[in-house]
Amino acid sequence: MSYVPHTPQERAEMLAAVGVSSLDELFADIPEAFRLRALAIPDGLCEQEVYARLHALSRKNTHALVSFLGGGFYDHAIPAAVDSLAARGEFFTAYTPYQPEASQGTLQAIFEYQSMICRLTGLDAANASLYDGGTALAEAVMTAIGATGRNTVVLDGGVSPIYRVMIRSTTRNLGINLTELPAPADGPADRAALAAALNGDVAAVLVQNPNFFGTVDDFTDLAERVHAVGALLVASVYPVSLGLLKRPGDMGVDIATGEGQSLGLPLSFGGPYLGFFAVRQALVRKMPGRVVGETLDRQGRRAFVLTLQAREQHIRRERATSNICTNEALCALRATLYLALLGRHGLRELAETCVRKAEYAKRRLAQIEGVSVRSRAPTFNEFVVELPADAGEVVGRLIDCGFAAGFPLGRYYPERANCLLVALTEKRTKADIDRFATALEVAL
Amino acid sequence: MKQPTIFERSVAGRRGVTLPRLSPAEARGPLPVPPALCADAPPDLPEVSELDVVRHYTLLSQRNCCVDTHFYPLGSCTMKYNPRVCEKVAALDGFAGIHPLLPQLRGGGALTQGALEVLWRTERLLCDLTGMEAFTLQPMAGAHGELTGLLLIAAYHRAQGRPRRRVLIPDSAHGTNPASAAIAGFEVVPVATGPDGTIDLADFEARLTPDTAAVMLTCPNTLGLFERQIREVAERAHANGTLLYYDGANMNALMGRVRPGDLGFDVLHLNAHKTLSTPHGGGGPGAGPVGVKAALLPFLPVSTVEKRDDGTFALNYDRPQSIGYIAPFYGNFGVLLRAYTYLLALGGDGLREATDHAVLNANYLRVRLRACFDVPYDRLCLHEVVLSAERQARAGVRAVDIAKALIDAGFHPPTVYFPLIVREALMIEPTETESKQTLDSFIAALEAIARRAEEEPGSFAEQPASTPVSRPDETKAARDMRLKA
Repeated sequence: MSYVPHTPQERAEMLAAVGVSSLDELFADIPEAFRLRALAIPDGLCEQEVYARLHALSRKNTHALVSFLGGGFYDHAIPAAVDSLAARGEFFTAYTPYQPEASQGTLQAIFEYQSMICRLTGLDAANASLYDGGTALAEAVMTAIGATGRNTVVLDGGVSPIYRVMIRSTTRNLGINLTELPAPADGPADRAALAAALNGDVAAVLVQNPNFFGTVDDFTDLAERVHAVGALLVASVYPVSLGLLKRPGDMGVDIATGEGQSLGLPLSFGGPYLGFFAVRQALVRKMPGRVVGETLDRQGRRAFVLTLQAREQHIRRERATSNICTNEALCALRATLYLALLGRHGLRELAETCVRKAEYAKRRLAQIEGVSVRSRAPTFNEFVVELPADAGEVVGRLIDCGFAAGFPLGRYYPERANCLLVALTEKRTKADIDRFATALEVAL
Repeated sequence: MKQPTIFERSVAGRRGVTLPRLSPAEARGPLPVPPALCADAPPDLPEVSELDVVRHYTLLSQRNCCVDTHFYPLGSCTMKYNPRVCEKVAALDGFAGIHPLLPQLRGGGALTQGALEVLWRTERLLCDLTGMEAFTLQPMAGAHGELTGLLLIAAYHRAQGRPRRRVLIPDSAHGTNPASAAIAGFEVVPVATGPDGTIDLADFEARLTPDTAAVMLTCPNTLGLFERQIREVAERAHANGTLLYYDGANMNALMGRVRPGDLGFDVLHLNAHKTLSTPHGGGGPGAGPVGVKAALLPFLPVSTVEKRDDGTFALNYDRPQSIGYIAPFYGNFGVLLRAYTYLLALGGDGLREATDHAVLNANYLRVRLRACFDVPYDRLCLHEVVLSAERQARAGVRAVDIAKALIDAGFHPPTVYFPLIVREALMIEPTETESKQTLDSFIAALEAIARRAEEEPGSFAEQPASTPVSRPDETKAARDMRLKA
C-alpha cells in the first residue's frame, strides 16, 4: 500500500513525456555499482493488517495503572475538543506558514499561543515553540551567553536532572563553564550557595519552579542578586502551576521556559512535547525559533506573518541565533486550545485542585507508620516522601497492585534511595489516593 | 468578515470545560500555598465557552491551505499525503497513555514492551532502508538530527585523540546545516557548486584539510540532482580521515534505489515528517532519527533499545562513551509510531514505488514546464525540480508574484528563492501521492501565469485576491514587533 495513484496507463504516458522507457532509467545518475535491486524489507501490508499489528503491540503496554508518576510530565485530563480540533487536516497537514495569505489559520493560532504564554509567564514576547522543556532550557543557556558575552552558567540543584544532562550534552562543545549546584535539602533554592556562585563571568542562573522535588519558590530576591552582577535569571516553570503561582516575569525572571506537555498533550511515552520560551523585551532579537507578528495587509486588514526572520538560519546560516527552525506547531495548537477551554478561571481552579489533592495525599501518606513527608516548604502538585525501605523496590511491589506509585529518587540521587516523588493531578480521586495509601502500607 | 482573536471573543464570567469537584476532605482548610507565593489574580486567559473555542478554531483552520485541500509542492519539504491509519494508531490508549518514566521504574519495563518493540523495529527498518549499522530515534526534528550527528562526529574525532574543527558544507545546503555545525562547535567552510549543479570537486579537494572533521551533503542536493561524484568525494574524505554526513531531507528520492550507507556515508539523519509521511502539523512536531556506521556506535545518545536473548526489550543506559542525552526520553515517540506504521504499510516494495513515482512526477513537471520557465540545470532530476523565473522577472514578474498567482489558481506555491544559488528560484517537489490529473492542472495554471507574465506583467501586484488577507506588510511586522495580543 504505497498511496501512489498512478495507473499503468498514466505511468506509461508520463514516462513517454519524460523521454525514458522505464522507471529504472530515471536513476541513471546513480553509479551502477551502488544501485539496489530491492530493499531487504518485507512487502507492504494493507490497512487492516497494519492496524491489527499495531493494536496488538499497543496491548503489550500497560496504561491502566493508577498513576502518581510525574517528574515534570503529568497525567492531566485532555478535553475532547482539543483532540477534535487538532485532528483537523487543515491544521495537521499544513506546513510552516511561509505563504502568509494561505496560512492565516496557523499564523493566528501561533500568535494566540505566543500571547497566552506571555500572559502566563508575565513576560513580553514568546516564540512559536521549541521541541521540549529541556531543549528550551538549553536554548536559554545559549541565548544568555549570546546576550551577555559571558561564559559561565550556574545550574541550581532544583532543576530537573533530566534537563541537566540534556544541557550538558548539547552545550558540550561550546566551551561553556557549567557550575552545577547540589540538590537543595527539602526546601527552596539554596540562596547562600547561589550567591557564592555569582560573579562577573556568570551569564545566567538557571532555576526551576516548582523545583524537581515539587517545592514552590519566589525568585524575586534572587533576581535582584543575579541582575546586580549583570547576569540573567532563567526559570523553567510548570505551566499549570501558573494558574496559581506568582509569574516569573513578576519575580524579575528574564527568560522563562518550560514543558508544555501538561497543556493538553498526551504523555505518549515521551513525545512529541512542547518547549515554551518567553523573554523580556530587551532579549526579543536574541530569541531562538520562529516568531509570528501582527501587521496589516494591502487593504488595511489585520494579518499575521512570520517575522524577525533575520535571526534565522536561512538568512544567517552559521551565524544564526539557533539551529532550530521548525517547532512543535501542532503541539502549540493543542496548548492554545487547552488554555482557551480552561480559561482564566479554569486554570486557576485546576491549579488549586492539584495543590489540594497533593496536600490531602501528603496528610494521608504521613499517617502510615514509617512514612514521612520530606518536603518542608510549600509544594504544588508533587512532593517527596521518605519510606522505611528502598523506594525503587516498593514501587516495584506496588506496580503489581496496579499503582505507578511515583518516581524513586535513587535513580538520580543515590543518597535519597528511600525517597519517592509523588505527583497528583485532577484525575486522581480521593478514592484513588486512599486505596494507594492502603496499598503502600501493605507493601511496606 | 473580520476574524477576531480568541481574546476578543472573551466575555467575563464565561466558562469552557469544568473540573471534577473536590471531596470535602480534600477541600478542607486554607490553600496550602501561602498568598505571598501566589499571583495576585488568575491568569489573563480568555473566558469563552466550548462552542466559542470550537467555532473559533474551526474558522481559523479554514484560513489554511494544506495537503488535504491543496496540491502543496513545497520543495525540500516532501508534502506527501498523511495516511489516516497512522493517526488512528498514534491515538491508541496503549501508546498515547504511557508515561515515559514508566520503564525506569523497577518492573516497569515489562509494562512498556510494546512501545520498546516499536522503537527497536523502527530502528531495524531504518537500518535496512539506509544501509546504516544503528540508529538513535531521539532527535526531535531534522535540525536536531543534524546537531546530534555532528556531536557524534565531534565525539568520534575526540576519541581518536585528534579533535578536528572544520566542517565542509556546499553552498546549496539548507541553512540549518551551517547553523547546526556552529552549535556543535565547528567552524563552517562553504564549498562551491560546479556548473553541472553538483559539488565542485576541485573546490572540495582544495578545502579538505587535516582539520576537516566532516563534509555534510544533501543527496540529491537542493537542486534535486544526484551527486554524481559521490564516490570520489567519499574516497577523498575517507582517505583524509574525514567523515561523510548525509542530510536526509531528500531521502524520498532514493528509497529502494540506493542506500546512503552503501554510498559511503558514515552518519545521516532522516526527516520522518518528510520521507516517512508523518504530518507536518503546521510546522512540527517532526522527528529526525540519526543513523551511523559501526565506528560511531559507541557514541550514540543514552538510552538505546536492545533486544534480549529471551525476545524481550530493554533500555540500555550503560554507555560510557555516549554523547549523553539529547531528548528527555526516547524521542518524539508519537511521530516515530506513525513512521513505523507507514513503513509497515508500504513495505520494501511500496517504499521503492513511492520513490519511483516521486521522481517520475518531478521529471514530468520538468519537461512539461521547460517551455515556459527556465530550468537552470535541465537534466534528469530526482524528487524535485528547480525552475527559475528569471525570464519573467525581466518583465517585472518575480518568483514571489508567481507564487501568489498560484494561490489564486488553487495551489500552494512551491518553495521560492531557495536554493540561494538559483536566481528567482521556484523549487517544486510534487511527491508520489499526487496524480497525473493534479500535475496537469498545475502545469496548465503555471502556463497561464507565464503567458500572463508576458502579456500583462502589471496584473500580479494585487494577487492573491482569493485569500482571507492580501499580501501582508512584512516590513511593518518586523518594525512594530507586535508579537502578542
